[in-house]
Amino acid sequence: MTDATDIPDRKPDGAGAHLLHVLRENPVTLLSFSMFAFFLVQAFFGAMLVPHDPLATNSANALQPPDWTHWFGTDNLGRDVFSRVVVATRLDLTISVLAVAISFVIGSLLGAVAGYWGGWIDAVLNRILDTIMAFPLFVLAMGIVAALGNTIENIIYATALINIPFYARLVRAEVNIRREAGFALAARLSGNSHLRTLAFHIFPNALPPMMVQVSLNMGWAILNAAGLSFIGLGVRPPTPEWGILVAEGANYIISGHWWVALFPGLWLMLAVFTFNLMGDGLRDIVDPRRRT
Amino acid sequence: MAGRARAIGIRLAQTVPVILGVVVISFILTRALPGDPAVYFAGAMADEQSIQQVREALGLDQPLVTQFFLYFADLVRGDLGRSISTGQPVLTDLAMRLPASLELTLSALIVSCAIAIPLGVLAAVRQGSWVDHLCRVLVTAGVSLPTFFTGILLVYVFYYLLGWAPSPLGRLDFIYLEPPRVTGFYLVDSLLARDLETFGATVRQLALPTITLALFTLAPIARMTRAAMLQALSSDYIRTARAAGLSRGKVLFGYGLRNALLPVVTTLGMVFSFVLGANVLVEKVFAWPGIGSYAVEALVASDYAAVQGFVLAMALLFVTLNLIIDLSYALIDPRIGFDTK
Repeated sequence: MTDATDIPDRKPDGAGAHLLHVLRENPVTLLSFSMFAFFLVQAFFGAMLVPHDPLATNSANALQPPDWTHWFGTDNLGRDVFSRVVVATRLDLTISVLAVAISFVIGSLLGAVAGYWGGWIDAVLNRILDTIMAFPLFVLAMGIVAALGNTIENIIYATALINIPFYARLVRAEVNIRREAGFALAARLSGNSHLRTLAFHIFPNALPPMMVQVSLNMGWAILNAAGLSFIGLGVRPPTPEWGILVAEGANYIISGHWWVALFPGLWLMLAVFTFNLMGDGLRDIVDPRRRT
Repeated sequence: MAGRARAIGIRLAQTVPVILGVVVISFILTRALPGDPAVYFAGAMADEQSIQQVREALGLDQPLVTQFFLYFADLVRGDLGRSISTGQPVLTDLAMRLPASLELTLSALIVSCAIAIPLGVLAAVRQGSWVDHLCRVLVTAGVSLPTFFTGILLVYVFYYLLGWAPSPLGRLDFIYLEPPRVTGFYLVDSLLARDLETFGATVRQLALPTITLALFTLAPIARMTRAAMLQALSSDYIRTARAAGLSRGKVLFGYGLRNALLPVVTTLGMVFSFVLGANVLVEKVFAWPGIGSYAVEALVASDYAAVQGFVLAMALLFVTLNLIIDLSYALIDPRIGFDTK
């Protein structure tokens, strides 16, 4: 992922010039990349930067509205909501990055094999993907976590599994249309094995649309993981995580203590929004014809 | 007409492998994963002896293939096992609570279609106007909203600040009595009982969760309507219709929208997948006594049979909904034959 600030330093050669043009043309994309950097800083350095210990309780100071010492107020045990929200970034991003990475790798492998060799592998894969898609995906994730056991790793596996069909189908389609393309046949003729042609000549062509999919999927994976922990799966309190923070705050919203739920929810929303905007922006960079 | 009947038959036949696949996955989730299912099914409080009893009762000492057929036979008889927390058969529990979920889901879909389709049409007709921009903002923001968070925000604003909404606890305020159960849909049942007061109370209670779910589904429907409408309006038959001097309304709605609706109906299938998932979260926020909150309670209590029954029921519901969409699609559009796929 390119940092937004170093883009103007690039030499305006082909791809760089296009990138520059898209960013200048579309300030929203620039915004989304800066917001992404904002979240990355929180994920890497959040624990060092926050003013309070996210787990330190202080019952004398419970449920205080936002002020200068506690920017986002305090929760029912007197913990600082701001620190908890910022520290939670790392866990939420880790869950979704790992989940998306797993589905990216497995989906690519399955899709490439099915798209290149076709035949019964393709037919079987399609049946399996259809069956996975026949479940409401969030419900399937619930079922998987319930069956495998209630841990963070299983949240990651469940989120990865329900995302695999999207990648596998995308790669399958991209590989399939290029299977007989001139450059692929040329690569075969000059002595490359099937595997080498597939991996180094055909598959890289599927990467640009995959990157768009990754970005859009990241937002969805975050929502999914937060939703699972909102209903009490995966992350255990007192670990700070956005879904759980919103769930804890939900108990106090009807008595008017809005800050406990609002800020983690806002952060969650901003993170998802960032990835969705980035996906749209990446699509512009990758494919200028499909500008939205 | 015979061709259409055949097409419907083929579509019905295509459902069979999908349902089989769903049953296999649900079997894998229930029995074949690492860990001892008997321990799960016996519940958190079970001792060694009752675990052994459960193991024999479920046939878990048999080979895996035999287990699958036992499991399948149970399903065909409608036996999803017994819930540990309620003591009832899971199927009975689900049937009791399904109308609450369906009432919520369907009202949300009706509300969101009623807003999203006109919005999408307007955005396509007045491309680049403020309606189009509004549509774009709604679409991007809509997919970023965590449903449980929107629900909580709405509760804060409309219950705590404004006092317009009743307390977010269940389907009916406790001062009202449930209408006599006919369909299980309170809106229908209260009308059947000619009880307008209860009907009004039901609507007030239903409003916030419905809006929460509707906001979530607005985005995909509006986006698809806009895209489909744009495509329909740029096609040759619209130009012909305009050239033939048909009125603007006739061209837009008689020709444009009618053709644009087909892809929108297809999108509804995907929307259902999201809605059924989001339902679980919204039901938890609003303490809605549907099958979603049943599953959440079961998850917390490690009530294994109930969770697996819920997952299977949702999958079957989703497959059925998709089937209905596909069949209605064939009825709307005479060009569709299923053999072309």
